[in-house]
Amino acid sequence: MSMSTRRVRAIFRKELREYRRNRQIVISMAILPLLFLIQPLIDILVLPASAASPVSREDPLLYLLAIPALVPAYVAAHSVVGERQQGTLEPVLSTPISREEFLLGKALAVLVPSLIVSYGVYAFFLAAVALFAQPGIASALLQGPGILAQLLFTPLLAGWSIWVGIAISSRARDIRVAQQLGMLASLPSVAVTSLIAFNVIPVSLGLAIGSAVVLLVLNRLGWRVTAATLDRERLVTGTR
Amino acid sequence: MNSNDSGSILAGLGRRAGAEAGRQERAGGPAIEVSHLAKDFGGRAAVKDVSFSVARGEVFGFLGPNGAGKTTTVRMLGTLVAPTSGAATVAGIPLAPENGTQIRRRIAIVPEAPGLYLRLSVAENLECFAGLYEAPDPADRIDRALRAVSLADRADDTCGALSKGLRQRVALARALLCDPEVLFLDEPTSGLDPVAAHDVHELIATLSQSGVTIFLTTHRLDEAERLCDRVAILNTTLRTIGRPDELRDRLFARTLTVRTARQLAQPDRAFAGLPAVDSWHSGRPGTYVLAVTDPAAAVPAVTRALVAAGADVLSISESRHSLEDVYLELISQEEEASRR
Repeated sequence: MSMSTRRVRAIFRKELREYRRNRQIVISMAILPLLFLIQPLIDILVLPASAASPVSREDPLLYLLAIPALVPAYVAAHSVVGERQQGTLEPVLSTPISREEFLLGKALAVLVPSLIVSYGVYAFFLAAVALFAQPGIASALLQGPGILAQLLFTPLLAGWSIWVGIAISSRARDIRVAQQLGMLASLPSVAVTSLIAFNVIPVSLGLAIGSAVVLLVLNRLGWRVTAATLDRERLVTGTR
Repeated sequence: MNSNDSGSILAGLGRRAGAEAGRQERAGGPAIEVSHLAKDFGGRAAVKDVSFSVARGEVFGFLGPNGAGKTTTVRMLGTLVAPTSGAATVAGIPLAPENGTQIRRRIAIVPEAPGLYLRLSVAENLECFAGLYEAPDPADRIDRALRAVSLADRADDTCGALSKGLRQRVALARALLCDPEVLFLDEPTSGLDPVAAHDVHELIATLSQSGVTIFLTTHRLDEAERLCDRVAILNTTLRTIGRPDELRDRLFARTLTVRTARQLAQPDRAFAGLPAVDSWHSGRPGTYVLAVTDPAAAVPAVTRALVAAGADVLSISESRHSLEDVYLELISQEEEASRR
Protein backbone atom coordinates (compact mmCIF):
# COMPACT_ATOMS: atom_id res chain seq x y z
CA MET A 1 0.00 0.00 0.00
CA SER A 2 1.36 3.41 -0.93
CA MET A 3 1.87 5.89 1.83
CA SER A 4 1.01 9.58 1.53
CA THR A 5 3.92 11.71 2.75
CA ARG A 6 1.55 14.65 2.90
CA ARG A 7 -0.70 12.95 5.43
CA VAL A 8 2.31 11.77 7.46
CA ARG A 9 3.63 15.35 7.42
CA ALA A 10 0.23 16.73 8.49
CA ILE A 11 0.21 14.50 11.59
CA PHE A 12 3.92 15.17 12.27
CA ARG A 13 3.53 18.97 12.14
CA LYS A 14 0.36 18.94 14.20
CA GLU A 15 1.98 16.75 16.86
CA LEU A 16 5.07 18.97 17.10
CA ARG A 17 2.88 22.06 17.50
CA GLU A 18 0.86 20.34 20.19
CA TYR A 19 3.96 19.13 22.09
CA ARG A 20 5.51 22.58 21.97
CA ARG A 21 2.41 24.07 23.60
CA ASN A 22 1.89 21.29 26.13
CA ARG A 23 3.68 22.45 29.26
CA GLN A 24 3.64 19.00 30.82
CA ILE A 25 5.50 17.48 27.87
CA VAL A 26 7.98 20.36 27.56
CA ILE A 27 8.82 20.15 31.27
CA SER A 28 9.17 16.35 31.12
CA MET A 29 11.46 16.58 28.10
CA ALA A 30 13.63 19.07 29.97
CA ILE A 31 13.66 17.51 33.46
CA LEU A 32 14.22 13.84 32.60
CA PRO A 33 17.52 14.49 30.78
CA LEU A 34 18.67 16.82 33.56
CA LEU A 35 18.29 13.99 36.08
CA PHE A 36 20.67 11.93 33.97
CA LEU A 37 23.06 14.81 33.36
CA ILE A 38 23.77 16.62 36.62
CA GLN A 39 24.83 13.85 39.02
CA PRO A 40 27.16 11.95 36.62
CA LEU A 41 28.64 15.23 35.40
CA ILE A 42 29.45 16.34 38.94
CA ASP A 43 30.92 12.90 39.70
CA ILE A 44 33.20 13.06 36.65
CA LEU A 45 34.26 16.66 37.11
CA VAL A 46 35.44 16.01 40.68
CA LEU A 47 37.39 12.89 39.74
CA PRO A 48 41.15 13.24 40.35
CA ALA A 49 43.60 12.57 37.48
CA SER A 50 44.58 9.32 39.21
CA ALA A 51 41.14 7.88 38.48
CA ALA A 52 41.80 7.99 34.72
CA SER A 53 42.90 4.36 34.55
CA PRO A 54 39.76 2.77 36.14
CA VAL A 55 37.53 5.15 34.16
CA SER A 56 39.16 4.07 30.88
CA ARG A 57 38.05 0.49 31.60
CA GLU A 58 34.37 1.56 31.81
CA ASP A 59 32.03 3.45 29.49
CA PRO A 60 30.14 5.68 31.95
CA LEU A 61 28.87 7.91 29.14
CA LEU A 62 26.77 5.01 27.82
CA TYR A 63 24.68 5.69 30.92
CA LEU A 64 23.26 8.63 28.93
CA LEU A 65 21.55 6.13 26.61
CA ALA A 66 18.87 6.04 29.30
CA ILE A 67 17.68 9.38 27.89
CA PRO A 68 16.61 8.04 24.45
CA ALA A 69 15.06 5.07 26.25
CA LEU A 70 12.98 7.10 28.73
CA VAL A 71 12.08 10.42 27.08
CA PRO A 72 10.31 9.00 23.98
CA ALA A 73 8.48 6.38 26.05
CA TYR A 74 6.94 9.15 28.15
CA VAL A 75 5.96 11.31 25.17
CA ALA A 76 4.78 8.44 22.93
CA ALA A 77 2.55 7.16 25.73
CA HIS A 78 0.65 10.45 25.44
CA SER A 79 0.18 10.30 21.68
CA VAL A 80 -2.96 8.19 21.12
CA VAL A 81 -4.71 8.21 24.49
CA GLY A 82 -4.16 11.99 24.65
CA GLU A 83 -6.08 12.39 21.39
CA ARG A 84 -8.79 10.05 22.56
CA GLN A 85 -9.26 11.99 25.80
CA GLN A 86 -9.59 15.33 24.05
CA GLY A 87 -12.02 13.84 21.48
CA THR A 88 -9.84 14.52 18.44
CA LEU A 89 -9.27 10.90 17.44
CA GLU A 90 -12.63 10.37 15.72
CA PRO A 91 -12.30 13.34 13.31
CA VAL A 92 -8.74 12.26 12.39
CA LEU A 93 -9.69 8.61 11.87
CA SER A 94 -12.65 9.59 9.69
CA THR A 95 -10.24 11.09 7.13
CA PRO A 96 -8.57 8.93 4.45
CA ILE A 97 -5.46 8.47 6.64
CA SER A 98 -4.24 4.86 6.93
CA ARG A 99 -3.10 3.47 10.26
CA GLU A 100 0.49 3.23 8.96
CA GLU A 101 0.47 6.93 8.02
CA PHE A 102 -1.08 7.83 11.36
CA LEU A 103 1.50 5.80 13.26
CA LEU A 104 4.47 7.04 11.26
CA GLY A 105 3.46 10.69 11.71
CA LYS A 106 3.08 10.13 15.45
CA ALA A 107 6.35 8.20 15.77
CA LEU A 108 8.40 10.77 13.83
CA ALA A 109 6.96 13.57 15.94
CA VAL A 110 8.28 11.82 19.05
CA LEU A 111 11.55 10.70 17.49
CA VAL A 112 12.74 14.11 16.26
CA PRO A 113 12.54 15.99 19.59
CA SER A 114 13.84 12.92 21.45
CA LEU A 115 16.93 12.80 19.22
CA ILE A 116 17.46 16.54 19.58
CA VAL A 117 17.27 16.26 23.38
CA SER A 118 19.44 13.12 23.57
CA TYR A 119 22.16 14.34 21.22
CA GLY A 120 22.00 17.82 22.75
CA VAL A 121 22.51 16.51 26.27
CA TYR A 122 25.31 14.23 25.07
CA ALA A 123 27.04 17.07 23.23
CA PHE A 124 26.76 19.24 26.32
CA PHE A 125 28.17 16.43 28.46
CA LEU A 126 31.12 15.91 26.12
CA ALA A 127 31.84 19.64 25.98
CA ALA A 128 31.72 19.93 29.78
CA VAL A 129 34.08 16.95 30.19
CA ALA A 130 36.48 18.27 27.55
CA LEU A 131 36.56 21.73 29.10
CA PHE A 132 36.37 21.11 32.84
CA ALA A 133 37.42 17.52 33.67
CA GLN A 134 41.00 16.54 34.47
CA PRO A 135 42.81 16.07 31.11
CA GLY A 136 43.49 12.41 31.89
CA ILE A 137 39.83 11.77 32.75
CA ALA A 138 38.69 13.63 29.63
CA SER A 139 40.96 11.63 27.32
CA ALA A 140 39.79 8.38 29.01
CA LEU A 141 36.15 9.26 28.39
CA LEU A 142 36.26 10.93 25.00
CA GLN A 143 36.96 7.91 22.85
CA GLY A 144 35.79 7.27 19.31
CA PRO A 145 34.05 3.90 19.82
CA GLY A 146 32.08 5.20 22.83
CA ILE A 147 30.91 8.26 20.89
CA LEU A 148 30.02 6.11 17.87
CA ALA A 149 28.03 3.71 20.05
CA GLN A 150 26.13 6.66 21.52
CA LEU A 151 25.32 8.05 18.05
CA LEU A 152 24.23 4.64 16.76
CA PHE A 153 22.22 3.35 19.69
CA THR A 154 20.35 6.60 20.47
CA PRO A 155 17.88 6.33 17.50
CA LEU A 156 17.60 2.55 17.89
CA LEU A 157 16.67 2.76 21.58
CA ALA A 158 14.38 5.75 20.96
CA GLY A 159 12.60 3.87 18.14
CA TRP A 160 11.94 0.84 20.33
CA SER A 161 10.66 3.01 23.19
CA ILE A 162 8.38 4.86 20.78
CA TRP A 163 6.70 1.71 19.45
CA VAL A 164 6.21 0.37 22.97
CA GLY A 165 4.88 3.77 24.12
CA ILE A 166 2.44 4.06 21.21
CA ALA A 167 1.26 0.47 21.63
CA ILE A 168 0.54 1.16 25.31
CA SER A 169 -1.09 4.48 24.45
CA SER A 170 -3.46 2.92 21.92
CA ARG A 171 -4.64 0.43 24.54
CA ALA A 172 -4.78 2.71 27.59
CA ARG A 173 -7.78 4.70 28.75
CA ASP A 174 -5.89 7.26 30.81
CA ILE A 175 -2.85 9.40 29.95
CA ARG A 176 -1.14 9.01 33.34
CA VAL A 177 -1.52 5.24 33.34
CA ALA A 178 -0.11 5.12 29.79
CA GLN A 179 2.86 7.28 30.76
CA GLN A 180 3.63 5.23 33.85
CA LEU A 181 3.40 1.98 31.88
CA GLY A 182 5.54 3.51 29.12
CA MET A 183 8.26 4.43 31.62
CA LEU A 184 8.02 0.98 33.20
CA ALA A 185 8.36 -0.70 29.81
CA SER A 186 11.52 1.29 29.05
CA LEU A 187 13.22 0.24 32.29
CA PRO A 188 14.74 -2.97 30.83
CA SER A 189 16.54 -0.85 28.18
CA VAL A 190 17.77 1.50 30.92
CA ALA A 191 18.94 -1.46 33.01
CA VAL A 192 20.91 -3.01 30.14
CA THR A 193 22.61 0.27 29.15
CA SER A 194 23.48 0.93 32.81
CA LEU A 195 24.98 -2.56 33.23
CA ILE A 196 27.09 -1.99 30.11
CA ALA A 197 28.06 1.54 31.21
CA PHE A 198 29.36 0.25 34.53
CA ASN A 199 31.12 -2.71 32.96
CA VAL A 200 28.89 -5.37 34.56
CA ILE A 201 28.31 -6.53 31.00
CA PRO A 202 31.72 -6.11 29.35
CA VAL A 203 31.71 -4.07 26.14
CA SER A 204 32.85 -5.80 22.98
CA LEU A 205 32.40 -5.37 19.25
CA GLY A 206 30.30 -8.53 19.15
CA LEU A 207 28.01 -7.20 21.87
CA ALA A 208 27.63 -3.90 20.02
CA ILE A 209 26.77 -5.57 16.71
CA GLY A 210 24.47 -8.09 18.39
CA SER A 211 22.64 -5.36 20.34
CA ALA A 212 22.24 -3.25 17.20
CA VAL A 213 20.76 -6.18 15.27
CA VAL A 214 18.39 -7.04 18.13
CA LEU A 215 17.24 -3.42 18.34
CA LEU A 216 16.73 -3.23 14.59
CA VAL A 217 14.60 -6.38 14.67
CA LEU A 218 12.66 -5.08 17.67
CA ASN A 219 12.02 -1.78 15.88
CA ARG A 220 10.73 -3.55 12.79
CA LEU A 221 8.61 -5.84 14.93
CA GLY A 222 7.35 -2.93 17.03
CA TRP A 223 6.20 -1.07 13.90
CA ARG A 224 4.46 -4.15 12.50
CA VAL A 225 2.74 -5.16 15.74
CA THR A 226 1.67 -1.63 16.65
CA ALA A 227 0.26 -1.05 13.14
CA ALA A 228 -1.58 -4.37 13.20
CA THR A 229 -3.15 -3.72 16.59
CA LEU A 230 -4.21 -0.14 15.85
CA ASP A 231 -7.91 -0.70 15.28
CA ARG A 232 -10.20 2.19 14.33
CA GLU A 233 -13.24 0.64 16.02
CA ARG A 234 -11.48 0.05 19.32
CA LEU A 235 -9.94 3.51 19.29
CA VAL A 236 -13.28 5.21 18.62
CA THR A 237 -15.63 3.10 20.73
CA GLY A 238 -13.26 1.71 23.36
CA THR A 239 -14.59 -1.81 22.68
CA ARG A 240 -13.10 -4.90 20.95
CA MET B 1 -23.53 33.19 8.65
CA ASN B 2 -23.99 35.07 5.45
CA SER B 3 -25.73 32.75 3.04
CA ASN B 4 -24.78 34.80 -0.04
CA ASP B 5 -21.23 34.77 1.06
CA SER B 6 -21.24 31.07 1.89
CA GLY B 7 -22.96 30.27 -1.41
CA SER B 8 -20.14 31.74 -3.45
CA ILE B 9 -17.54 30.06 -1.24
CA LEU B 10 -19.20 26.67 -1.57
CA ALA B 11 -19.25 27.17 -5.30
CA GLY B 12 -15.51 27.58 -5.08
CA LEU B 13 -15.14 24.67 -2.67
CA GLY B 14 -17.47 22.22 -4.34
CA ARG B 15 -17.82 20.40 -7.57
CA ARG B 16 -21.57 20.72 -7.51
CA ALA B 17 -22.46 24.39 -7.10
CA GLY B 18 -26.02 25.62 -7.16
CA ALA B 19 -29.46 24.26 -6.59
CA GLU B 20 -29.73 23.01 -10.17
CA ALA B 21 -26.73 20.78 -9.69
CA GLY B 22 -28.35 19.52 -6.48
CA ARG B 23 -31.54 18.60 -8.30
CA GLN B 24 -29.57 16.84 -11.02
CA GLU B 25 -27.72 14.83 -8.38
CA ARG B 26 -31.03 13.75 -6.86
CA ALA B 27 -31.91 12.14 -10.16
CA GLY B 28 -28.84 9.83 -9.93
CA GLY B 29 -28.34 6.70 -7.77
CA PRO B 30 -28.66 6.90 -4.00
CA ALA B 31 -25.92 8.54 -1.95
CA ILE B 32 -26.43 5.98 0.81
CA GLU B 33 -28.04 2.57 0.53
CA VAL B 34 -28.33 0.47 3.67
CA SER B 35 -29.59 -3.11 3.72
CA HIS B 36 -30.24 -5.07 6.94
CA LEU B 37 -27.35 -3.39 8.74
CA ALA B 38 -26.69 -4.60 12.29
CA LYS B 39 -24.10 -4.01 14.98
CA ASP B 40 -23.60 -5.89 18.23
CA PHE B 41 -21.29 -4.81 21.01
CA GLY B 42 -20.45 -7.81 23.17
CA GLY B 43 -23.74 -9.54 22.43
CA ARG B 44 -25.84 -6.39 22.94
CA ALA B 45 -27.54 -5.17 19.78
CA ALA B 46 -26.82 -1.49 19.17
CA VAL B 47 -28.41 -1.48 15.71
CA LYS B 48 -30.61 -4.25 14.34
CA ASP B 49 -31.77 -4.94 10.79
CA VAL B 50 -31.76 -1.34 9.56
CA SER B 51 -32.50 -0.68 5.88
CA PHE B 52 -33.00 2.66 4.15
CA SER B 53 -31.79 4.69 1.23
CA VAL B 54 -30.81 8.35 0.96
CA ALA B 55 -30.96 10.15 -2.39
CA ARG B 56 -28.11 12.36 -3.55
CA GLY B 57 -28.58 15.93 -2.39
CA GLU B 58 -31.19 14.92 0.18
CA VAL B 59 -31.19 16.13 3.79
CA PHE B 60 -31.98 12.98 5.75
CA GLY B 61 -32.87 13.20 9.43
CA PHE B 62 -32.03 10.35 11.78
CA LEU B 63 -33.98 10.62 15.01
CA GLY B 64 -34.17 8.50 18.10
CA PRO B 65 -33.76 8.51 21.87
CA ASN B 66 -30.37 8.24 23.57
CA GLY B 67 -28.77 4.85 22.92
CA ALA B 68 -30.96 4.23 19.88
CA GLY B 69 -27.95 3.49 17.67
CA LYS B 70 -27.79 6.76 15.70
CA THR B 71 -24.09 7.42 16.31
CA THR B 72 -23.24 3.74 15.77
CA THR B 73 -24.98 3.90 12.39
CA VAL B 74 -23.05 7.04 11.43
CA ARG B 75 -19.80 5.38 12.51
CA MET B 76 -20.59 2.25 10.50
CA LEU B 77 -21.34 4.30 7.39
CA GLY B 78 -18.22 6.38 8.05
CA THR B 79 -16.09 3.17 8.12
CA LEU B 80 -15.08 3.75 11.74
CA VAL B 81 -16.98 0.75 13.06
CA ALA B 82 -17.42 -2.57 11.23
CA PRO B 83 -21.02 -3.81 10.92
CA THR B 84 -21.77 -7.22 12.43
CA SER B 85 -23.97 -8.03 9.44
CA GLY B 86 -25.73 -6.35 6.54
CA ALA B 87 -24.53 -4.32 3.60
CA ALA B 88 -24.35 -0.69 2.56
CA THR B 89 -23.02 1.62 -0.11
CA VAL B 90 -21.81 5.10 0.76
CA ALA B 91 -21.23 7.66 -1.98
CA GLY B 92 -21.70 4.81 -4.43
CA ILE B 93 -18.95 2.64 -2.89
CA PRO B 94 -19.72 -0.66 -1.13
CA LEU B 95 -19.03 -0.57 2.58
CA ALA B 96 -16.11 -3.00 2.99
CA PRO B 97 -12.78 -2.83 4.85
CA GLU B 98 -10.80 -2.58 1.61
CA ASN B 99 -12.89 0.45 0.50
CA GLY B 100 -12.46 2.39 3.74
CA THR B 101 -9.98 4.94 2.40
CA GLN B 102 -12.00 5.50 -0.78
CA ILE B 103 -15.20 6.11 1.19
CA ARG B 104 -13.49 8.40 3.69
CA ARG B 105 -12.19 10.51 0.79
CA ARG B 106 -15.79 11.27 -0.25
CA ILE B 107 -17.42 11.89 3.10
CA ALA B 108 -16.98 14.08 6.16
CA ILE B 109 -18.19 13.43 9.68
CA VAL B 110 -18.85 16.15 12.23
CA PRO B 111 -19.17 14.36 15.58
CA GLU B 112 -21.25 15.73 18.43
CA ALA B 113 -18.14 17.06 20.19
CA PRO B 114 -16.22 19.22 17.69
CA GLY B 115 -12.94 17.40 18.45
CA LEU B 116 -10.58 20.30 17.85
CA TYR B 117 -6.96 20.59 18.93
CA LEU B 118 -7.50 23.20 21.60
CA ARG B 119 -3.85 24.29 21.83
CA LEU B 120 -3.72 25.01 18.10
CA SER B 121 -5.19 27.95 16.26
CA VAL B 122 -8.24 27.64 14.01
CA ALA B 123 -6.03 27.85 10.90
CA GLU B 124 -3.58 25.26 12.28
CA ASN B 125 -6.44 22.85 12.94
CA LEU B 126 -7.71 23.25 9.40
CA GLU B 127 -4.18 23.06 7.97
CA CYS B 128 -3.76 19.64 9.56
CA PHE B 129 -7.00 18.35 8.04
CA ALA B 130 -6.31 19.92 4.63
CA GLY B 131 -3.13 17.82 4.69
CA LEU B 132 -4.99 14.68 5.75
CA TYR B 133 -7.46 15.14 2.87
CA GLU B 134 -4.59 16.11 0.54
CA ALA B 135 -6.64 19.15 -0.45
CA PRO B 136 -5.21 21.10 -3.40
CA ASP B 137 -4.22 24.72 -2.68
CA PRO B 138 -4.80 24.32 1.06
CA ALA B 139 -4.35 27.99 2.03
CA ASP B 140 -7.07 29.11 -0.35
CA ARG B 141 -9.35 26.24 0.65
CA ILE B 142 -8.94 27.00 4.35
CA ASP B 143 -9.69 30.66 3.70
CA ARG B 144 -12.86 29.75 1.77
CA ALA B 145 -14.00 27.26 4.38
CA LEU B 146 -13.53 29.84 7.12
CA ARG B 147 -15.46 32.42 5.14
CA ALA B 148 -18.25 29.88 4.59
CA VAL B 149 -18.75 29.70 8.35
CA SER B 150 -18.02 33.42 8.91
CA LEU B 151 -14.82 32.80 10.84
CA ALA B 152 -12.26 34.35 8.51
CA ASP B 153 -11.33 36.94 11.15
CA ARG B 154 -10.76 34.27 13.83
CA ALA B 155 -8.21 32.17 11.91
CA ASP B 156 -5.38 32.94 14.32
CA ASP B 157 -7.41 32.46 17.51
CA THR B 158 -6.55 29.44 19.64
CA CYS B 159 -9.43 26.95 19.51
CA GLY B 160 -9.38 26.62 23.29
CA ALA B 161 -10.38 30.28 23.54
CA LEU B 162 -13.48 29.91 21.34
CA SER B 163 -17.06 29.50 22.55
CA LYS B 164 -18.87 26.20 21.97
CA GLY B 165 -20.80 27.67 19.05
CA LEU B 166 -17.63 28.93 17.36
CA ARG B 167 -15.92 25.57 17.89
CA GLN B 168 -18.85 23.88 16.16
CA ARG B 169 -18.41 26.27 13.24
CA VAL B 170 -14.72 25.37 13.03
CA ALA B 171 -15.71 21.69 12.94
CA LEU B 172 -18.09 22.46 10.06
CA ALA B 173 -15.35 24.37 8.23
CA ARG B 174 -13.11 21.33 8.72
CA ALA B 175 -15.77 19.12 7.13
CA LEU B 176 -15.99 21.42 4.09
CA LEU B 177 -12.26 21.09 3.35
CA CYS B 178 -12.68 17.75 1.58
CA ASP B 179 -15.64 18.87 -0.54
CA PRO B 180 -17.73 15.93 0.74
CA GLU B 181 -20.34 14.15 -1.31
CA VAL B 182 -21.98 13.01 1.92
CA LEU B 183 -21.79 15.00 5.13
CA PHE B 184 -22.66 13.26 8.40
CA LEU B 185 -23.68 15.67 11.12
CA ASP B 186 -24.06 14.09 14.56
CA GLU B 187 -26.14 16.41 16.76
CA PRO B 188 -24.61 19.54 15.18
CA THR B 189 -26.60 22.00 17.30
CA SER B 190 -26.38 20.15 20.60
CA GLY B 191 -25.73 22.68 23.35
CA LEU B 192 -25.73 25.69 21.02
CA ASP B 193 -27.68 28.86 21.77
CA PRO B 194 -30.55 29.70 19.36
CA VAL B 195 -28.47 32.17 17.32
CA ALA B 196 -25.58 29.73 16.85
CA ALA B 197 -28.06 26.93 16.04
CA HIS B 198 -29.74 29.17 13.47
CA ASP B 199 -26.35 29.80 11.83
CA VAL B 200 -25.73 26.05 11.60
CA HIS B 201 -29.21 25.55 10.09
CA GLU B 202 -28.46 28.18 7.46
CA LEU B 203 -25.22 26.48 6.54
CA ILE B 204 -26.95 23.09 6.27
CA ALA B 205 -29.57 24.60 3.98
CA THR B 206 -26.87 26.21 1.81
CA LEU B 207 -24.91 22.95 1.61
CA SER B 208 -28.04 21.08 0.65
CA GLN B 209 -28.73 23.58 -2.14
CA SER B 210 -25.22 23.01 -3.46
CA GLY B 211 -25.95 19.28 -3.84
CA VAL B 212 -24.25 17.84 -0.75
CA THR B 213 -26.12 14.89 0.77
CA ILE B 214 -26.63 15.53 4.46
CA PHE B 215 -27.20 12.82 7.03
CA LEU B 216 -28.34 14.60 10.15
CA THR B 217 -28.76 12.89 13.50
CA THR B 218 -30.58 15.06 15.96
CA HIS B 219 -32.70 15.16 19.08
CA ARG B 220 -34.23 18.43 18.00
CA LEU B 221 -37.44 17.58 16.24
CA ASP B 222 -38.12 21.16 15.16
CA GLU B 223 -34.71 21.13 13.50
CA ALA B 224 -35.47 17.88 11.67
CA GLU B 225 -38.87 19.14 10.58
CA ARG B 226 -37.41 22.37 9.27
CA LEU B 227 -34.35 21.00 7.51
CA CYS B 228 -34.99 17.42 6.47
CA ASP B 229 -36.56 16.14 3.27
CA ARG B 230 -37.19 12.82 5.00
CA VAL B 231 -36.68 11.49 8.49
CA ALA B 232 -36.17 8.05 9.97
CA ILE B 233 -36.95 7.21 13.57
CA LEU B 234 -34.61 4.64 15.06
CA ASN B 235 -34.71 2.78 18.33
CA THR B 236 -32.20 -0.02 17.71
CA THR B 237 -34.47 -1.05 14.81
CA LEU B 238 -35.90 1.37 12.29
CA ARG B 239 -39.39 2.36 13.48
CA THR B 240 -40.52 4.48 10.60
CA ILE B 241 -39.24 6.48 7.66
CA GLY B 242 -40.78 9.10 5.41
CA ARG B 243 -41.42 12.80 4.88
CA PRO B 244 -42.51 14.54 8.09
CA ASP B 245 -46.03 15.18 6.69
CA GLU B 246 -46.30 11.55 5.54
CA LEU B 247 -45.48 10.34 9.02
CA ARG B 248 -48.08 12.65 10.52
CA ASP B 249 -50.74 11.35 8.13
CA ARG B 250 -49.72 7.78 8.80
CA LEU B 251 -50.05 8.08 12.58
CA PHE B 252 -52.74 10.65 13.16
CA ALA B 253 -56.24 11.22 11.74
CA ARG B 254 -56.51 14.66 10.14
CA THR B 255 -58.86 16.88 12.10
CA LEU B 256 -60.64 20.21 11.81
CA THR B 257 -61.34 22.24 14.91
CA VAL B 258 -64.51 24.35 14.66
CA ARG B 259 -65.23 27.13 17.11
CA THR B 260 -68.64 28.80 17.27
CA ALA B 261 -69.86 31.72 19.39
CA ARG B 262 -72.57 29.56 20.99
CA GLN B 263 -73.10 25.83 21.27
CA LEU B 264 -74.95 24.32 18.34
CA ALA B 265 -78.44 23.19 19.18
CA GLN B 266 -78.21 20.04 17.03
CA PRO B 267 -74.60 19.39 16.07
CA ASP B 268 -75.47 15.86 14.86
CA ARG B 269 -77.71 17.30 12.19
CA ALA B 270 -75.14 19.94 11.20
CA PHE B 271 -72.22 17.52 10.70
CA ALA B 272 -73.98 14.34 9.60
CA GLY B 273 -73.45 13.28 6.01
CA LEU B 274 -70.96 16.02 5.16
CA PRO B 275 -68.41 15.03 2.49
CA ALA B 276 -64.97 14.04 3.79
CA VAL B 277 -66.12 14.17 7.45
CA ASP B 278 -65.80 10.78 9.16
CA SER B 279 -66.86 11.61 12.73
CA TRP B 280 -66.98 14.41 15.23
CA HIS B 281 -66.83 15.01 18.96
CA SER B 282 -67.36 18.04 21.14
CA GLY B 283 -64.58 19.59 23.14
CA ARG B 284 -65.13 22.69 25.25
CA PRO B 285 -68.57 24.39 24.82
CA GLY B 286 -68.75 25.75 21.29
CA THR B 287 -65.74 23.72 20.11
CA TYR B 288 -66.08 20.70 17.81
CA VAL B 289 -63.34 18.42 16.53
CA LEU B 290 -64.09 16.74 13.21
CA ALA B 291 -62.10 13.78 11.86
CA VAL B 292 -61.77 14.38 8.11
CA THR B 293 -60.23 12.55 5.19
CA ASP B 294 -59.58 15.64 3.06
CA PRO B 295 -59.54 19.03 4.80
CA ALA B 296 -59.73 20.94 1.48
CA ALA B 297 -63.03 19.24 0.63
CA ALA B 298 -64.38 19.28 4.16
CA VAL B 299 -63.89 22.96 5.07
CA PRO B 300 -66.34 24.49 2.50
CA ALA B 301 -68.96 21.86 3.29
CA VAL B 302 -68.61 22.38 7.05
CA THR B 303 -68.79 26.16 6.61
CA ARG B 304 -72.00 25.90 4.56
CA ALA B 305 -73.53 23.48 7.08
CA LEU B 306 -72.73 25.77 10.03
CA VAL B 307 -74.19 28.83 8.27
CA ALA B 308 -77.28 26.81 7.39
CA ALA B 309 -77.58 25.82 11.05
CA GLY B 310 -77.48 29.51 12.04
CA ALA B 311 -74.17 29.24 13.88
CA ASP B 312 -71.84 32.23 14.38
CA VAL B 313 -68.54 30.72 13.20
CA LEU B 314 -65.46 32.03 15.01
CA SER B 315 -62.86 29.80 13.34
CA ILE B 316 -62.30 26.59 11.40
CA SER B 317 -58.73 25.36 11.55
CA GLU B 318 -56.87 22.21 10.62
CA SER B 319 -55.01 20.67 13.55
CA ARG B 320 -51.39 20.03 12.63
CA HIS B 321 -49.45 17.40 14.48
CA SER B 322 -45.80 18.18 14.81
CA LEU B 323 -42.95 15.77 14.19
CA GLU B 324 -42.60 15.78 17.96
CA ASP B 325 -46.12 14.32 18.23
CA VAL B 326 -45.14 11.62 15.73
CA TYR B 327 -41.97 10.85 17.65
CA LEU B 328 -43.71 10.74 21.04
CA GLU B 329 -46.54 8.61 19.65
CA LEU B 330 -44.08 6.08 18.24
CA ILE B 331 -42.02 5.95 21.40
CA SER B 332 -45.12 5.58 23.60
CA GLN B 333 -46.44 2.80 21.33
CA GLU B 334 -43.12 1.08 21.78
CA GLU B 335 -43.17 1.47 25.57
CA GLU B 336 -46.69 0.06 25.68
CA ALA B 337 -45.67 -2.88 23.53
CA SER B 338 -42.68 -3.60 25.76
CA ARG B 339 -44.89 -3.52 28.89
CA ARG B 340 -47.26 -6.11 27.36
